[in-house]
Amino acid sequence: MAGESGGNAMKTLKYVVPLAIFGILCVFLAIGLTKDPRKVPSPFIDKPAPAFTLAKLHEPEATFSPEQMKGKVWMLNVWASWCVSCRVEHPVLNDMSRKGIVAIVGLNYKDQRADATKWLQQHGNPYLLSAWDIDGKVGIDYGVYGAPETFVIDKQGVIRYKHIGPISPQDVEKILLPLFAKLNA
Amino acid sequence: MKKVLATLFLAASAGAWAQSTEIANPDPKVEARLKVIAHELRCLVCQNQTIADSDAPLAVDLRQQTRKMIAEGRSDDEIRSYMVERYGDFVLYKPPFNAATAFLWVAPGLLIVGGLAGLALMIRRRRDAMAAAAPAPAPDPARRKEIEALLAGDEDAKRG
Repeated sequence: MAGESGGNAMKTLKYVVPLAIFGILCVFLAIGLTKDPRKVPSPFIDKPAPAFTLAKLHEPEATFSPEQMKGKVWMLNVWASWCVSCRVEHPVLNDMSRKGIVAIVGLNYKDQRADATKWLQQHGNPYLLSAWDIDGKVGIDYGVYGAPETFVIDKQGVIRYKHIGPISPQDVEKILLPLFAKLNA
Repeated sequence: MKKVLATLFLAASAGAWAQSTEIANPDPKVEARLKVIAHELRCLVCQNQTIADSDAPLAVDLRQQTRKMIAEGRSDDEIRSYMVERYGDFVLYKPPFNAATAFLWVAPGLLIVGGLAGLALMIRRRRDAMAAAAPAPAPDPARRKEIEALLAGDEDAKRG
């Protein structure tokens, strides 16, 4: 009978709909678990790199500003001697520098000059130069909330990519090298 | 309960202590405004705390920056957009309404409307089903007479 089969369909629906909703919820939660909440999308992507002028770490009387890098694809790497994850990342930067993959400028973030220079002596210096951001003011302008962070800036001075946390060799292969190739093309 | 209260007091006093020693001569007017704004801004280092609650160096820096901007006479909106420009919408504890957050804001309303509509539909269906299942009894003349007689007898009994 039509009424009976309709009732059966309703009954089936009663079980299927909550189950389906539960399933969808599980999928969303599972996706959420795979995401790193520390990786906050940066509002700087495809925006001009904020201007600044800072004293260089190794030459206190000389200054650096991002304008000096116009016409080059370069990386601004935020680091500090107190930053533990920076030690993890450092060999990768050294390797990139040795291979001449890209110009790396350091932003020495909230660090003492003596500590920073000593740290570079110990761990190697992959940087073209480091700008010395003692009070973290430039860090705030770049939305830095934890070293290491790395910005890839194109020839026009526009930020094209931001990496939060240490760069791994896989990140270089999979993300950075293709990006540099594209930006240099 | 006592333990919970004690923890709460401790947490509250720890936060107050952290900020009261932060600068040498706090201006009460600036501090009062800072307190309001800082409670709306997320500390990105310890993400579930506001920059008012957190002792992370970044929170200290951002409080300092906020103090400076208040002293410069900037409005709350200016300070908020300064933070959003640098840290994104995530820095706001109350997310703004835009394409990315529209679903977040609209979903509760949709759920309520959908739920009420579903409920109304269900009630109506159930009422119709009950009406269909229990038709009004057909008048039966013999039975009716019997009842009337009974009622009449009852009346007599009352009188008697």
